[in-house]
Amino acid sequence: MYSIILSTASSYLLLLLLMFSAFLLLRGHNEPGGGFVGGLVAAAAYALYFIANGIDAAQRIVRVEPQRIITAGLLLAIVSTIPSLVTGEQFMTGTWFDTGVPLIGKVGTPLLFDLGVYFLVLGITLQIIFSLAEEDKS
Amino acid sequence: MLILLAIGFLASAAAPFFYKRFKEFFGWIAVTFPLYLFFGFLLNYPQVVSGNSVRESVPWMPSLGVNFTFLLDGLSLTFALIITLIGAAVFLFAGAYMKNYEHTSRFYVYIGIFMTSMLGLVLSDNILLMFVFWELTSISSYLLIGFHHHKEQSRKSALQALLVTGSGSLALLAGIILLYQVTGSFEISSFYDLNEVITGHTLYPAIVILILTGAFTKSAQFPFHFWLPNAMDAPTPVSAYLHSATMVKAGIYLIARMNHAIGGTALWQDTILIAGTVTMLFTALLAFKQTDLKKLLAYSTLSVLGTLTMLLGIGSKLAIKAFFIYIIAHSLYKGALFLVAGTLDHETGTRDVSKLGGLRKAMPVTTITAALASFSMMGIIPLIGFIGKETVYKSILELDYWGTFLIAIAVLANAFVVMITLLVGFKPFWGDLLPTPKKPKEAPLKMLIGPALLAGLGLLFGVFPDFFIARLLDQSAQSILSETLSLKIKIWHGFNLVLLLSFATLLLGGTVYLLRAKLLPRVQTLTLPGIVKPSAWYDAALQGTLSFARLQTRIVQNGYLRNYIIFIMVTAVSLASFSLYHASGKVTIVPDFSITFYEAALAFIIVVSAFILITSTSRLKSIVALGVLGLSIGIIFVIYGAPDLALTTFAIETLNVILFVLVLYKLPRFLKLSRSSNRVRDTVIAACVGVFMTLMVLFATSFELSSELKNYFAAASVPDGKGRNVVNVILVDFRAIDTLGEITVLAIAALGIFALLKLKPEREE
Repeated sequence: MYSIILSTASSYLLLLLLMFSAFLLLRGHNEPGGGFVGGLVAAAAYALYFIANGIDAAQRIVRVEPQRIITAGLLLAIVSTIPSLVTGEQFMTGTWFDTGVPLIGKVGTPLLFDLGVYFLVLGITLQIIFSLAEEDKS
Repeated sequence: MLILLAIGFLASAAAPFFYKRFKEFFGWIAVTFPLYLFFGFLLNYPQVVSGNSVRESVPWMPSLGVNFTFLLDGLSLTFALIITLIGAAVFLFAGAYMKNYEHTSRFYVYIGIFMTSMLGLVLSDNILLMFVFWELTSISSYLLIGFHHHKEQSRKSALQALLVTGSGSLALLAGIILLYQVTGSFEISSFYDLNEVITGHTLYPAIVILILTGAFTKSAQFPFHFWLPNAMDAPTPVSAYLHSATMVKAGIYLIARMNHAIGGTALWQDTILIAGTVTMLFTALLAFKQTDLKKLLAYSTLSVLGTLTMLLGIGSKLAIKAFFIYIIAHSLYKGALFLVAGTLDHETGTRDVSKLGGLRKAMPVTTITAALASFSMMGIIPLIGFIGKETVYKSILELDYWGTFLIAIAVLANAFVVMITLLVGFKPFWGDLLPTPKKPKEAPLKMLIGPALLAGLGLLFGVFPDFFIARLLDQSAQSILSETLSLKIKIWHGFNLVLLLSFATLLLGGTVYLLRAKLLPRVQTLTLPGIVKPSAWYDAALQGTLSFARLQTRIVQNGYLRNYIIFIMVTAVSLASFSLYHASGKVTIVPDFSITFYEAALAFIIVVSAFILITSTSRLKSIVALGVLGLSIGIIFVIYGAPDLALTTFAIETLNVILFVLVLYKLPRFLKLSRSSNRVRDTVIAACVGVFMTLMVLFATSFELSSELKNYFAAASVPDGKGRNVVNVILVDFRAIDTLGEITVLAIAALGIFALLKLKPEREE
């Protein structure tokens, strides 16, 4: 079933929802939000696009295979632990840098970690949706 | 020494790259590595024999008491020299022997790892570090026994060796931990002054039994001896190196090393003495009906290992002296003979001793090597084996009670070893030439040097024992007994009882050899009943474990999702309600019946959608009902002020509905399959879970938990975590390692889903 309204809307909604998911990820440290829910929202955005335009179009717009997103997420999370190992502090102690820019403020390894969670959750959800959808196609 | 071991592992890893480039003369390249180590250790010889042991310590996990602590004293130096010297002979030999095998580079990797970990084992002063190397040798042994992995028998033998030594090392680990509880340290040298503390402790018998189990499995003492003859499925260089000269002596090394700290009691000495004596005799007798060169040698190795254990059990000064001479002698002659057996196999195509004979003209160098090593093994003047055997007999005769009995056993066992020697070292070369699968010719130089060197050293050490081994021996004895031994080693003690016994042994061995030809057909038909064979116990235990695993899998994991859920729910609810029941007296549940309008409306929606969910006959309707239910719960979170939770719930419920829709039309038409009795059972379980959860929530809200964590996290969130959202700061900072674990599990689950959906095995028609 193809709906031209949904299809057209989904392209804009995708962008909006992805921006919203990034917003959730970034505000997570001070307000409700965070990597996990951000990743879920991003996945939902792609799922909406998939429903409107089909699996092939969705895979095209994601560009990379979901497994890679999972791997990237896990790697990011692990990379975020390296500074604590190097400085010899307790494992996974956060390291922070004050950028001095008013809007951005302080940036630290927990953000990197949260970004890892974000990508991992996004990757896993996409993985499940794509696998199931391809199952239907065949 | 840490750097040396690290280089060892790196060199092993690099072996395949070199092998590809320099295939033809790789043996010569490989041999530089053990030789380099050998001379490296030899440089330490003057310092060690003068009584100053070398000690090094690099912290690893200091808070747990685990450190890279290495100790080079007499005992470890002796072993290190043996390991590297025989290693050199074997590496060179393998260069020619393994040439036409597949995956030869892999062989060098395994054996390199083995040599390095064996060195680590004898050098470690930290007992946990030693345990790590101990396991590494087991693993490399497993890989090497199973080197011909396409043969089922090899795989089986490899697994047997791994399981037997592996279960032994579990016991050893338990023993190590108990020892730590008594002493509070993992450093072996710190146990030295604690002998009385350890032996007087209530845990002492357990420690002894556990550590000895580890040592006995590793050194193939009765009743764990059966894995060693099966391990002969490995390529011959491996048998020569691991399963006669080095690895199987690790257990004996452990006993020797620990002797000072936990020895000296009747329990320790007698257990070792009995196990050693039984092994020595029993395995020598078992050799009688073997015809395979390597199996024969394996049984004689077992007998020698038994003798060594027995000597430690006797534990007198003389016995310890005999122990060292015997270890050196055995490593030299057995290494040489195994390599000779490999040469025979390689050049004639058979290892069956009944098919070999008269090869002296075709293989003159090998004949001489074999003869030299055999003389040492039989204990003939003036080789080191002779001194070894003399000292063994003398130390047995010193015993008061059991001396006469033990000496008879020792002579009998040694007579059988003499028989084995005649079979392996002489029969293939003398007498009439027998036809062999391959036309016999002398082996290449690479295969001659190693065994000839080892056999020659046996002669050299025998003629000049004082010069070569006496001083090292004094220091080694100090590691075991903590008193310096300065007994002179002499080759000639004059005509006495011991010499007479030596002659008797040779004579008896010769007689057994001659009788063997007649008795063999009869003996070969004899088989021991399964009940007395430890290998049958092993088989039964393995089979039993497997069928238990199958049974358990059939019951617990039968592939029906509903059964899994029943198991999980029933277990969780019954266990939790048990403890809830116990605590029920202490708390009075005070239900709060003040309900707002929103709450009532939500509850109504939830109940209705749950009812629709379970009664509907349309899947789509059920899924929508499930979605409504989930979102309503999300709204509850909003009302009670948990925005993070609510946000996540909304996102998850949305995706859930999408996923359900995706699988929806893959499913067959809706059918009522379950019997009504099952439905009743499910209802009961569901009701129990519901009631339990309700009680649980009431219970939890009825009393105020005075949690310090809550206050701590709330207070520390901004200064330490730089964030105002406490939940998120906990997730990504305070308890980030939990989250890391969780996302790793998620990633693995994604792999599992991928495998389930994508990798469909061909359905069986």
